[in-house]
Amino acid sequence: MSSRLQVNPIACDGHGLCAELFPERVSLDDWGYPIVDDAPIPRPLEQHARRAIDACPVLALRLEQLARRD
Amino acid sequence: MSVSVARLLRGLHTDGSPVDLREHRHLHGPLPGRLDGRSLLDAVEGSNLRGRGGGGFPTALKLRAVASGRGRTIVLANGVEGEPLSGKDRVLLRYVPHLVLDGVEVAAQAVGADRAIVAVSESAGELAVLQTALRERAGANRVEIRIAAVPEALVAGEETALVNAVGGGPPRPTATPPRPFERGVDGRPTLVQNVETLAQLALIARHGAAWFREVGTRDEPGTALVTLSGAVQLPGVYEVPLGTPLRELVAEAGGATQQPRALLIGGYFGTWLDAETALGCELSDASLGVAGAMLGARAVAVLPQGSCALAEVFRVSRFLADESAGQCGPCVHGLDAIAQAIASLAQGRSLDGDLRIRRWLEQVEGRGGCHHPDGAARFIHSALDVFGDEVALHSRSKRCGGRDLHLLPVQGSQERRAA
Repeated sequence: MSSRLQVNPIACDGHGLCAELFPERVSLDDWGYPIVDDAPIPRPLEQHARRAIDACPVLALRLEQLARRD
Repeated sequence: MSVSVARLLRGLHTDGSPVDLREHRHLHGPLPGRLDGRSLLDAVEGSNLRGRGGGGFPTALKLRAVASGRGRTIVLANGVEGEPLSGKDRVLLRYVPHLVLDGVEVAAQAVGADRAIVAVSESAGELAVLQTALRERAGANRVEIRIAAVPEALVAGEETALVNAVGGGPPRPTATPPRPFERGVDGRPTLVQNVETLAQLALIARHGAAWFREVGTRDEPGTALVTLSGAVQLPGVYEVPLGTPLRELVAEAGGATQQPRALLIGGYFGTWLDAETALGCELSDASLGVAGAMLGARAVAVLPQGSCALAEVFRVSRFLADESAGQCGPCVHGLDAIAQAIASLAQGRSLDGDLRIRRWLEQVEGRGGCHHPDGAARFIHSALDVFGDEVALHSRSKRCGGRDLHLLPVQGSQERRAA
């Protein structure tokens, strides 16, 4: 089971903490809003993802679980 | 020879008055007495009808998704035509309201709904026509139909925004999932369907799938309503088979008033094509897709030679930025910045040509809660590609020598409300 990060663009206010805490998957656009790379997140990085999710002041991030590919 | 085929627009009055119920039944015959959901769904599937609101989603799939939802279902007819270049839905609602209402009944039957809502813009004249039509049908309807007037805004026609608006909320999109077919009006599975799609359903229920497929192409059968505007003799709404060559469509409108330079296909969320390419295409997603365009809202505008395209493109970009629902950062800030940059470009004040605009277009695409920024990006991106020579002229000498014809209307919702 792997996962990927998703942002709810309507909830997001562009605080930008996610890009600081999880630069492996999040960069900011020219206006400070997160551009989220939706590539699967390897297990060792999941902790970073969770830190970013927990730090978001408006709860705009979530991890989507991906079904295992057989 | 005319390419028009009058199915939906059959028996249209020339004086602008609506076709009343008696006349409607005389023109089309009554709806079949017994409509069972399953055979209706089969007929719709066999017809290969796709949504006529712009998305082009297969109607049978949508009907089945709603029908298999949990709990009582609702039909929400989308008659909120926010696209400034399109007039087809208004034509249906004003002139043949009973065909749309028949379609609402058919759709309700297909998904097992006992309630239906027809949503139109609050400032639109079709409200009174619909109310009269509903009174004429009083007692004869198989479902409870009510009319909802929603605030006029480009984004109000987006299906989650429409669900919000008829529920009394602001006409703004919500995050998906859930989509309305899962959870819509009053939390129930909701079939949101464009009014032209419903009118087509009313005919499919009467005449069947094989009849529907007698015109159009194999993969994209049936007729479509197209709104033609710009440099043509007789701008307006035309009903033609899908697959009709665009050259013949323009001829149907009396031909071009001046040599065409480019055509905008699909409205303000659509794609610019140079005239030669566009006029060589057929009115189908298959043909337009090869050229990089799609039918979208089925609005086609003709821009003539000798006109300043950048002036038109700037005004529409400004309009699209102003019509953002204001919820998502990339859409709010990005479209505004892009509109400003296009103004600089047109005035010859841009230091890097269109590079910054292209970079920003990449940053807004796919980054909204709805497809507003994607559509705006498609419009602007294709304009930069098709009008590259003019961009270079503006950069060098602040102008291109073309005339600003103000062909593309940009009345914003604020102004529309005030008018």
